[in-house]
Amino acid sequence: MHDLTRRTLFAGAAAAGLLPTISRAQTTPAPKHGGTLNTILTPEPPILVLGVNNQGPTQLAAGKLFEGLLQYTFKLEPLPQLAKSWSLSDDKKTYTFKLQDNVKFHDGQPMTADDVIFSITKFHLELSPRARLIFSMIKEATSPDPHTVVLTLAQPFDPFLLMFDVTACAIVPRHIYAGTDYRTNPANQHPIGTGPFQFVEWQRGNFIRLKKFDQYWTAGEPYLDEIIYNIIPDSQSRALALETGKVQLTQANDIEPFDIPRFKAKPNLEVELHGWEYASQLSWIEINHRVKPLDDIRVRQAISHALDRNFILNKLWFGIGKVATGPIASTTRFYDPKVAKLQAYDPNKAKALLDAAGLKPNAKGVRFTIKQLALPYGEVWTRLSEYFRTALGHVGIEVVLETTDAGAWAKRIGDWDYETSTNFLSQFGDPTLGVERSYVSTNIKKITFTNTGGYTNPKVDDLFATARQSGDSAVRAKAFSDVQAILCDEVPQLWLMELAWPTIHEKKLHDVITTAMGPNAGFSGVWIG
Amino acid sequence: MTLSPTSPSPRGRGVGGWGHLASLAAQRLLKIVAVILAIAVTNFLLIHAAPGDPASVIAGESGAADPQFMAQLRAQFGLDQPLSTQLAIYLNHVLHGDLGTSFRQGRPVAALIFERLPATLLLTGCAFAFAIVAGIALGAMAANRVGRITDSVITVLALGFYATPLFWVGLMLVLLLSVWLNWLPSFGMETVGAGYTGLTAIADVAQHLILPALTLGLFYMAVYARLTRASMLEVSAQDFVRTARAKGVPEGRILRRHILRNALLPVITFAGIQAGQLIGGSILVETVFAWPGIGRLAFDALLARDYQVLLGVFLVTSILVVLFNLLTDLLYAVIDPRVQTA
Repeated sequence: MHDLTRRTLFAGAAAAGLLPTISRAQTTPAPKHGGTLNTILTPEPPILVLGVNNQGPTQLAAGKLFEGLLQYTFKLEPLPQLAKSWSLSDDKKTYTFKLQDNVKFHDGQPMTADDVIFSITKFHLELSPRARLIFSMIKEATSPDPHTVVLTLAQPFDPFLLMFDVTACAIVPRHIYAGTDYRTNPANQHPIGTGPFQFVEWQRGNFIRLKKFDQYWTAGEPYLDEIIYNIIPDSQSRALALETGKVQLTQANDIEPFDIPRFKAKPNLEVELHGWEYASQLSWIEINHRVKPLDDIRVRQAISHALDRNFILNKLWFGIGKVATGPIASTTRFYDPKVAKLQAYDPNKAKALLDAAGLKPNAKGVRFTIKQLALPYGEVWTRLSEYFRTALGHVGIEVVLETTDAGAWAKRIGDWDYETSTNFLSQFGDPTLGVERSYVSTNIKKITFTNTGGYTNPKVDDLFATARQSGDSAVRAKAFSDVQAILCDEVPQLWLMELAWPTIHEKKLHDVITTAMGPNAGFSGVWIG
Repeated sequence: MTLSPTSPSPRGRGVGGWGHLASLAAQRLLKIVAVILAIAVTNFLLIHAAPGDPASVIAGESGAADPQFMAQLRAQFGLDQPLSTQLAIYLNHVLHGDLGTSFRQGRPVAALIFERLPATLLLTGCAFAFAIVAGIALGAMAANRVGRITDSVITVLALGFYATPLFWVGLMLVLLLSVWLNWLPSFGMETVGAGYTGLTAIADVAQHLILPALTLGLFYMAVYARLTRASMLEVSAQDFVRTARAKGVPEGRILRRHILRNALLPVITFAGIQAGQLIGGSILVETVFAWPGIGRLAFDALLARDYQVLLGVFLVTSILVVLFNLLTDLLYAVIDPRVQTA
């Protein structure tokens, strides 16, 4: 029943959100101007310039200060932002973006094609590993006029248009950053973008205050006068702040999953689960294939059979999210429901597979022992590792938990210094952008978030390469279907859940989640009724 | 415990006088410099012994990284140098009064610390003052009415606050005063964006201060109440008190001048040690109440391996602790003139 409600909400939201204006027209008549939105930011970001820092909280706040060329619908179709239109040449190599007129930076300077080209080919290319991978394919970037940008690629690249939202490629002012050290530029302390809100002050450890940008390019927007991000480090204090109305909006992991049912029951609050389609984070048990017997397919399948993913969803995440069905989240492009099927929960089958692999229980009933490095990202992740220990214990695998903090965790994953761990990664809308990196042998590197597990399968390498290099959607779809089938069978990682992060807001706050960027969006259309 | 068999003179500076105090202070200052340098070196080595570095943390948070990204970050932070070189550079900077720049925030560490220090000093100062005043008053009341109902109530309360974890007291206070009664704000240091000035602004901060200061202070108040009570009972059994009573000194004067003053020495010893702890202990309260103090700055810096900030906070707090100890020693000499060099 619970699950049904959630699914309906999801479907309805996706339909209503094709265009932000449609959902606005449906829900309420006329937006009102004015008011201050108090919300939460946690953990406190170090810097508010995207590119210089790309962590989650930075995206949330800086998404109001900066803009990308595009944003995306819940189905990941591009929508205009700083680009009002775009086209692709017949050879699928040349993209032409027409920019909005009258766009100004917060310092009053106009934004032109020069700023866009600088942001793409210099700023993000140098700073961001994600952007570097894609933007290095750009052979030529020109601006026939100040409001047109033409990007020519060396070869067709189908997911290219997914790289232009604010979190991937925020447009920064060339006149401030050109010729400087981007990371230490003084403007990083006082961000200047084109977003609907401009930076006012940041009292570290206390709050960040943004105010309406009067010269914003969409006439009449934004509606809000101010947005205040309160830095509240304790999760119970955050829940109290929402409960007492001190803040009107929470997002990401502000509220612990076990508090969500309580807020769902409040008549003045709305819990929205969509808005994370672009990130579509998938969680999994990270396996180090160099550790025996985890290199054995039967052992991985057995562990996959031993995990009750519905239990994880319903008892640990309180029904927030979806059970994973494979390496590609169901909200990501090229997800194929026909082939994406994981080992069903069946401890007996798990035991049979382990027996077949020659791993018989000893006198104490233990077949083998592995160490699970718990993900230090909060209470629920610790509980997940504890569940993993219990579930595997039932099929005769002893799990010893190791605890650590975030810094040491990232270091140990990067150094391949783990047996199993927990991980979750964003998919960025297309498997080539966010999925391939975890499974291809060319990306086995001593760096966090590469194929640190060391999984190797030449067929998988070939299929991902085909999908990457082809400009033809049908060819790509075929390759991704085949790769999903192989990966689901070989379970190089034990996918658990498609994460959804609830956005909770007072009902009088309107049009909060209208795109796949969720609460990272600019909020120019958000208003208080 | 420094209890005297004979009655000290209740007034007067005694043997040493102010000159003695000055030489005591000078001696201590020399030691302080040496202690602080040793602390800086130890901290530096300890911090670098922790697994992970700022670059790996930033890579972890960004959700994407490549070798060029890691190399850029490490070069920018100077982490590509040998550890001994890094230590030499750091000490050289510290000796010149430069605490460095935060890796993550790109701002001077000194600025980050001095922005946040007032909030912590305000919080711990108020909590400490509250704990001392309320603790001594309650302890004195309990000792004065030992065995009666007042004594029992105070003793039970003190034991309760002594035994209860800080964060739980904090949450319960929030639940009562902020959620149910809606009297006090539950987080932050001020009403953001309200634009208060002058007295209204002070009143606003004071309102926000009450809950965290109470939470932090209640435990220490309990300690001082118990200590004062025990110490006063011990002193009141001494001969000089009986003598004073026999001389016909009024009871209130005996309590204040003879008993309490002598009973305070162990309380001050304890308070001196705890003043330092209080700065560290405020991390929890700062977290629960979202108080923008230095404790959280240190905690965040630790998780992020922001070495420079962490070292800076350690250095500044060690200086504060050492200063508190110096202050305690001086206070000793003021209260008990028989104390020479501590």
